[in-house]
Amino acid sequence: MTITAGKKREKLDRLAELAARNDEQGVSLWKEAFRRLRRNPAAVVGAIILALFVLVAVIGPFFVPYAPIDSIGIREGLVKSGQGIIPGPSGDHWLGFDHQGRDEFSRLIVGARQTLLVGVVSTLIGLAIGAFIGGVAGAAAGLGGRWGRWIDTTLMRFIDMLLAMPSLLLAVSIAALLGASLTTVMIAVGVVSVPVFARLLRGSMISQANSDYVLAATSLGVKRSRIALTHVVPNSIAPVIVQATLTLATAIIEAAALSFLGLGNPDSAIPEWGVMLADAQPYLGIRPALAIYPALGIIITALGFTLLGEAMREALDPKLRK
Amino acid sequence: MFRFIVRRLLQLIPTLFGLSILLFIWLHRLPGGPETAILGERGTPEMRAAIRRNLGLDEPILVQYARFLRRMIRLDLGTSTATKRAVTTEFLERFPGTVELTVMAMVIAVGIGIPLGYLAARRRGRLLDHASVGGSLIGICIPVFFLAYVLKAIFAENLHLFPSSGRQDPTLGATRVTNFFVLDGLMTREWDAAADALWHLVLPGLALASIPLAIIVRITRASVLEVLNEDFVRTAEAKGLTERTVRRRHVLRNAMLPVATSIGLLTGGLLSGAVLTETVFAYSGIGAFVAEAISQRDYPVLMGFIMIIAVVYVLVNLLVDLSYSVIDPRVRVR
Repeated sequence: MTITAGKKREKLDRLAELAARNDEQGVSLWKEAFRRLRRNPAAVVGAIILALFVLVAVIGPFFVPYAPIDSIGIREGLVKSGQGIIPGPSGDHWLGFDHQGRDEFSRLIVGARQTLLVGVVSTLIGLAIGAFIGGVAGAAAGLGGRWGRWIDTTLMRFIDMLLAMPSLLLAVSIAALLGASLTTVMIAVGVVSVPVFARLLRGSMISQANSDYVLAATSLGVKRSRIALTHVVPNSIAPVIVQATLTLATAIIEAAALSFLGLGNPDSAIPEWGVMLADAQPYLGIRPALAIYPALGIIITALGFTLLGEAMREALDPKLRK
Repeated sequence: MFRFIVRRLLQLIPTLFGLSILLFIWLHRLPGGPETAILGERGTPEMRAAIRRNLGLDEPILVQYARFLRRMIRLDLGTSTATKRAVTTEFLERFPGTVELTVMAMVIAVGIGIPLGYLAARRRGRLLDHASVGGSLIGICIPVFFLAYVLKAIFAENLHLFPSSGRQDPTLGATRVTNFFVLDGLMTREWDAAADALWHLVLPGLALASIPLAIIVRITRASVLEVLNEDFVRTAEAKGLTERTVRRRHVLRNAMLPVATSIGLLTGGLLSGAVLTETVFAYSGIGAFVAEAISQRDYPVLMGFIMIIAVVYVLVNLLVDLSYSVIDPRVRVR
């Protein structure tokens, strides 16, 4: 019973909305999506988290009380990690010291910038390569005839092979080739997300290829390559952008896992949350907070990206429009 | 059905072939080349030269690849540089542990995830729904190894409810038959040994299950919500079937297809999650071994692991495809 009642209600809502939409004809997909996004509390929460994170990451490092690489605690004789003495929060050092006597609060703030950098750069790497492969495959499949199908199949087989490889392992193999560094982590995490972007853009382009505007453009004699670039790609890019937001979350988490396995920046002087979390492991018994601060940072940031990404997906998905 | 299985197994060949090319290139591009991969970083120039000759690294690249392929086919994955034993032997010894752990994680993820996702969909917009959607969001965002440490600290080291490491209490002196410790205990009727092995699986299983659990909850919920809107559900209700029947035969069954797909896709992730979880819980399986191999730059082991994962992944997805025909006769394979 509840189901039928709920369905009736939904149908009415839909009718009401269709009527309402008649008044606002010409509102673009993006504008409407943005309007729906603003009304979604999850999206607002995610956006606020991210705004704070970006703010801290960009301007925070200019205002930190201590240099993040300065072992001030050891110099002043306050920190003796060998004997298990790592002081906690105090008036001068808001979150205490890390195992090398550096100010934990300053490191967290500066670490935010590195973490953001790792997330953004690796996502951009994945997006660029993935969108290129997916775009070529999609264009070839949608508009290209016999050769097109062949190109599409070959590229997608390759992508499927990447997809079958667990991300961590792919990252490990890349790190093995390039040596452990922050750049390696960014490249590895980026390459891992290539197949997702490629599949998404290709799928989205193929579904666009059958639409009327492509037919119209074709019958007007527009060149195929031009149709693909100026008509199909812009109309297919939305799910890719949504995915990029979600990938930022996984990129940050995956970078932390790589650091944990010792593939991150071997020089832990420049703080990054994943490296800080990995470095804190031996001192869990003495001061677990050293692991909890960066872990909370990672979790909350990833949550922000995920909330916003999910909300964007809902807002842009025509099936979920209500 | 049989022909379908054979065809799918044949499809494994081009995938593995492609993978072998990638691995071959990978091995040759490693810093220091394959001789470093085999010798480790400590080899003298003479040893390097000897290995190069042995491997035929001065021969044409195609000849080298053919030799590499022949070794792969004979399941000869080389010798671990760290333990000096055959990689295949090392893996065979540790494989049961990892299988037990991943099966445990999948049982937890599926056993909790599907009912929870279903209930969340039925009570859409209520507390349980918000709690499970929120919980699964957080589950996705927690780094696995951090969760493992938290579980270990709380339930093993503070509350002493579960053991903090290992696969079984060695003082039990359990008999080994298959190296699947739970199965061994059941087969030899050493019930306490089986229970102890199971007990050791709970915490690492939970940590490993976190991400698949979160994903299964979300997919089940979304899928059930979609099916609940279908006409045939309304028809079934209208013709007076009990809610129980509608739920089981109409809603759940139809909602399971995307869930089954996601379970197949999650296995690869489980195996890499095992690398992190096993390390935290000092659980002797392939994962912990591979983590060690990563820090020791033990390339033959890494290469073998990649090969194994590819095969397991394809096989699991074959199972998933076969399960479609059980869940939904419309996609029954011919």
